[in-house]
Amino acid sequence: MTFITDTFTLAGRLIKHNLRSLDTIITVILMPIMLLLLMVYLFGGSIEIPGVSHAEYVNYVLPGILLMTIATGSAYTALRINTDKLSGMFDRFKSLPISKSAVLNGQAVASVIFMMTSTLIVLLVGFLIGFRSQANFAEWGLAILILMGFALAITWLSVPFALAAKSVDGASAFSYLVLILLFISSAFVPVTGMPKVIQVFAENQPVTHIIQAIRQLLTAQPIGNHGWIALAWIVAITLISYLLGTRIYRHV
Amino acid sequence: MTPIIEVKNIKKRFKKQLVLDSVSIEVQPGSIYALLGANGAGKSTLLKIITGLLDSDQGNVLVNNLTVTKDLHQVQQLFSFSAQTSSVDDILTGYENLVLIAKLRHVAHPKQLALDLLAQFKLTDAAKKRVADYSGGMRRRLDLAMSLVGNPEILFLDEPTTGLDPSSRNDLWQTIRELKSQGKTIFLTTQYLEEADQLADKIGFLGEGKIIATGTPSEMKHLAGSEKLQLIFLTSEQLAQAQTLLTDFKVQLIDEVSINVELPDSMQSVLKILHLLSTNEIEPNTFQVTSPTLDDVFLKLTKGASL
Ligand SMILES: Nc1ncnc2c1ncn2[C@@H]1O[C@H](COP(=O)(O)OP(=O)(O)OP(=O)(O)O)[C@@H](O)[C@H]1O
Ligand SMILES: [Mg+2]
Repeated sequence: MTFITDTFTLAGRLIKHNLRSLDTIITVILMPIMLLLLMVYLFGGSIEIPGVSHAEYVNYVLPGILLMTIATGSAYTALRINTDKLSGMFDRFKSLPISKSAVLNGQAVASVIFMMTSTLIVLLVGFLIGFRSQANFAEWGLAILILMGFALAITWLSVPFALAAKSVDGASAFSYLVLILLFISSAFVPVTGMPKVIQVFAENQPVTHIIQAIRQLLTAQPIGNHGWIALAWIVAITLISYLLGTRIYRHV
Repeated sequence: MTPIIEVKNIKKRFKKQLVLDSVSIEVQPGSIYALLGANGAGKSTLLKIITGLLDSDQGNVLVNNLTVTKDLHQVQQLFSFSAQTSSVDDILTGYENLVLIAKLRHVAHPKQLALDLLAQFKLTDAAKKRVADYSGGMRRRLDLAMSLVGNPEILFLDEPTTGLDPSSRNDLWQTIRELKSQGKTIFLTTQYLEEADQLADKIGFLGEGKIIATGTPSEMKHLAGSEKLQLIFLTSEQLAQAQTLLTDFKVQLIDEVSINVELPDSMQSVLKILHLLSTNEIEPNTFQVTSPTLDDVFLKLTKGASL
């Protein structure tokens, strides 16, 4: 029981951090929004996607943009963890008689809340520029759950990097990795137009499955295997990163 | 009396570097123990091992007869640890920092306790300010206040006064003395012989991974040698005259115009020497009292194996 209250006490501290540095939320949502506008108003017109009209391109691209928001948010998750490590806050928390896992779990809770808030803002911008969905309540619910799952997985993925990094700059560098995965996926253009080798990679990497699942849900279409494969990736990434992260945490 | 902290034969290696080599320490309840050592001596490493933040390669630590590595959770109820970097949250206010720790320690009334501690540490005016805007002295006070949340019996303080100006340092010394008078056991580290002298009941000197000397402040000062008065004259004739006058003292020649005079009892001897010189109309150009530094102690202890 105290494990849960401790986790939320620690998460509350980080939520205060996020609220007090509103510039972080702006930096996090700025890039995805810029890219959304660029893709929709500049490049969208010259991208031909079978079955998607130019006017509907915003519907096609938005899921990828939402994942991008989560990916840019993870840079701040890594930053907060690394700052706590370097400033000795972790030592202070570790010397308290609280559950060992409450500290990182608090980070994770705050991070997912922060990422989902940013994602919501970007989603609203999407609506403003014409995003529309035929999805019903259940499909929206599932799509949001997948987004939260992705946020959780990326949060935990950032933990080992943030703990191992010797500086704040190094800590957030890993988020570029996630961004690269986003660009080599079906986020902006279908993978069929990519060179063969890249195409094989793009079709099978986790981000594509996650995007496809969300895209299908939001356009009220069957999601095929994408949902299960996305779930499997999310669980695997979360689990492995969690084990690795908590292990490293014990020794920093 | 049985010691409240027992450090037994701790060894710690970082890769190839042997940082702690069979360190053993005993601390009596209600006393102040100062671990004295230069940069990189291993003070923080030892403190982290004692508080269970770091594993040792060999040896063990007992706190209140509990083995730290085995009964960490129970031991953690008994102590608090202030790291060298004064780990306070910059983005929160002083009040919020205290409430945070109070909630994590599950004290009965976190908010009331936070207000009380702010008052006790003269931080009430800054309670609503973010810690990023605090001075170094205020940060250290807040850090110490955070360590008192939950009323632990033992306080571990890693270089509590490093970076403070002399007056803030004096204030903090006073606070530490008050904590001792309330019955707390305090284990602190320092680089300054003077600080250990001011505060400690017992000093352990950590050098090259070993406790190379241990004792009360006066025993340690004795080891370090006495203070010296350095006199610089304008001419070597003056110096020669001075030497003939100061036959009661131990005099060391530095160069043609300067000497070091050992001071058996600091202020008294300075007055005596200066009086002696002035009545004989020998005026030194400049003079200066130098205290033995940690380096002097260190050199003396590592060179002379006479301990
Ligand atoms: N995590 C670590 N990995 C490798 N070497 C380390 C680590 N921590 C400390 N050391 C080394 O161990 C030695 C002792 O360090 P420690 O921080 O304990 O010294 P200290 O007495 O606290 O010094 P200071 O007065 O500068 O705080 C140093 O040589 C340091 O470089
Ligand atoms: Mg240190």
